[in-house]
Amino acid sequence: MKIPFKYTIRNLKTRRLTTLLTVTGITLVVFVFSAVLMMAYGIQKTLIETGSDENIIVLRKAATAEITSIIMVDQANILSTLPNIAKTSDGKPLLSKELVAIINLSYSEKKGGIGNVTVRGVTAEGIQLRPNVKLVEGRMFQWGSREIIIGSSINKRFLGTNNGEKIKFGGDQWTIVGWFDAGGSGFDSEIWGDEVQLAAALGYTGAYSSILIRLDRQDAFEDFKNGFNKDLRLQTLDVKREKQFYAEQSEDMAMFIRILGIVVTVIFSLGAMIGAMITMYAAVSNRTVEIGTLRALGFRRRNILAAFLVESLALSLIGGSAGLILASFLQFFNISMMNFGTFSELAFNFSLSPDIVISSLLFSVMMGIIGGFLPSVRAARLNIVNALRSG
Amino acid sequence: MHILKLITKNLLRHKLRTLLTILGIAVAVTSFGLLRTVVTAWNAGVDASAADRLITRHSVSFIFPLPLAYKDRIEKVNGVERVTFANWFGGVYIDKKQFFARLAVDAKTFFDVYPELIVPQDQLETFKKERNACIIGEQLVERYNLKLGDVMPVEGDIYPGRWEFVVRGIYKPRDKTTDPSNMLIQWNYLDERMKQEMPGRDGYIGWYITQIQDPKNAAFVSSQIDELFKNSPAETKSETERAFQQGFMASISAVLTSMNVLSFVIIGIILLVLGNTMIMSARERLREYSVLKTLGFSSFHLVGLIGGESLAIAVIGGAIGIALSFPMVSGFEAALPKGWFPIFFIEPITLILASGAAVLVGVLAALFPIQRTLTTKIVDGLRQIG
Repeated sequence: MKIPFKYTIRNLKTRRLTTLLTVTGITLVVFVFSAVLMMAYGIQKTLIETGSDENIIVLRKAATAEITSIIMVDQANILSTLPNIAKTSDGKPLLSKELVAIINLSYSEKKGGIGNVTVRGVTAEGIQLRPNVKLVEGRMFQWGSREIIIGSSINKRFLGTNNGEKIKFGGDQWTIVGWFDAGGSGFDSEIWGDEVQLAAALGYTGAYSSILIRLDRQDAFEDFKNGFNKDLRLQTLDVKREKQFYAEQSEDMAMFIRILGIVVTVIFSLGAMIGAMITMYAAVSNRTVEIGTLRALGFRRRNILAAFLVESLALSLIGGSAGLILASFLQFFNISMMNFGTFSELAFNFSLSPDIVISSLLFSVMMGIIGGFLPSVRAARLNIVNALRSG
Repeated sequence: MHILKLITKNLLRHKLRTLLTILGIAVAVTSFGLLRTVVTAWNAGVDASAADRLITRHSVSFIFPLPLAYKDRIEKVNGVERVTFANWFGGVYIDKKQFFARLAVDAKTFFDVYPELIVPQDQLETFKKERNACIIGEQLVERYNLKLGDVMPVEGDIYPGRWEFVVRGIYKPRDKTTDPSNMLIQWNYLDERMKQEMPGRDGYIGWYITQIQDPKNAAFVSSQIDELFKNSPAETKSETERAFQQGFMASISAVLTSMNVLSFVIIGIILLVLGNTMIMSARERLREYSVLKTLGFSSFHLVGLIGGESLAIAVIGGAIGIALSFPMVSGFEAALPKGWFPIFFIEPITLILASGAAVLVGVLAALFPIQRTLTTKIVDGLRQIG
């Protein structure tokens, strides 16, 4: 016969303070655990969404980011003659020769200091290649003018970035004429302008940073790559799928957060397990007579074991769910930090995925089982006569 | 004396519980030490900065170069002792996962402005004479098993092409906060190749480092320098090395803030574990405490008894935790890619904070049980069962 679940709940209620302390401990641990995973996932999600499956990107071989990549004009011209490149409606190859630079903007008052912002010189093809980028306010910059549009996360973080304001760099004033939304991807942290104008102002003549290309078929990547690799003049360049390129940029940062997070939570969980163990041992020793009585009434050792394990599981599940609920509020926070892959700031959200929910709950269950097992075994092994006498 | 004996006896009553609590505190103190060490490792650049050095860079951002010609003009500014310059060289050594700074520097002046990089005189002379020579930090010697005379091939990105540098010098860091993993090459060599291969990109440097006579004049000298180049195509922004590093820290403040919050959460968790133990013990011993009160022991004794037990557990746990954090920190460093943190060691302040936190937790955890014991009436206490 099973010991009723109600018994467990009543027990937890009797020692309210101890229960509360143990649950709070587990809540904190699970909160930290899921927050760290959400942060790492948020960075990855932002960057992975930046790249499109259909586009491929060409950079200099040794470059880890667009900012350190240089592609000479003659190389760019050779590239545009390669087979398998899709064509625009007027028959030009669908590829965008872009330049990427970094400028400093002042953070809004609260934070102080200056941050690095990516400035991207784009072409009309470049806009066409990124259909997820939509203008949400103002208008598009005019080609051939010193106008720029800014990503949706820029204005919140930096001073002097309202519509109509001017930003000074490259020996000129650049007017902000519109905001664009890139659906939470990395472009939301960028400033865009006309490639020709930016190149002239910043002295980037004769070279580009990266080239974005659309192929004529989804599965043409291997064919294109073969042709690309055969051309000796392109030996110093490297071609990748855009999605893969951006995923790689998030790797280092996400890995760091994950290693740190996992090390910290493993240590934390040891602490919480010990807390649960102390609570459960105390529960067992306080209830020795009670356990003796239950056994005398005919409950088996395994029933006692189960009852105490369930109690410990209940503690950990309550704590785990509370931690997860607290952590899910973090999704409303948008944070930004330097991505070491690109040297510039990236805004992202903490994001919750089903995987994170499952692993957080499993994690708390594990803490409950490990923390509760030894005390439950002790309870189950008590001798009936001695237990009844100990009061 | 009796109190001490009683405390010891009480500690040993539930051996398992005391042991677990000590373990819990030790674990939490260890992770506190680890987190603080990560924060100080990020901050290493700020700590390493000298008060008498100014950094002058392009006002738009660090990726834009400055003309070499600015050097002579900065040197003439009042209060300037000497000027040197450096340039981010970048490139790939072995593969893209090898993190260490590769800088092109002015061989003649760089080491005068950075006395914390200690190079044997003869090696420095060779470095100055050979164009493709490089000087590396001793950590790199160890990491890549290099020795004097070895060739380090680097695939350029910002400066395209294949570069080969011969190790002609090895520097030792003077302070614990000095980066022991820089690779320094000759700017002259870079410039010569740029002149041949990419005309127009020669004659530019990344940033100037100015040593000033009196650190108190830093703000004034900075503004004097920036004034010189106002309204030129390449305006400058000068600040102290410390401010420059702090600006960099601001950009990763999200990570730093969350780690700071985490270290507080850890203290919270220690408090919960110890508080729980103390509350349980006090509840079980309520009757005894009432007996003690009946026998004439004052509140003072009871406070000493409970507080002493709590403190003893906290201090033992804290001490074990601090001892454990040394192997923990080196284990964590080994788990990260090489070179992420060239400077990674436990600072004395971390140890002080950790011990302080343990003592504080010991005191706080005792408050609630003390309050409960003191306010319970003797009669109620005697009546209480288990």
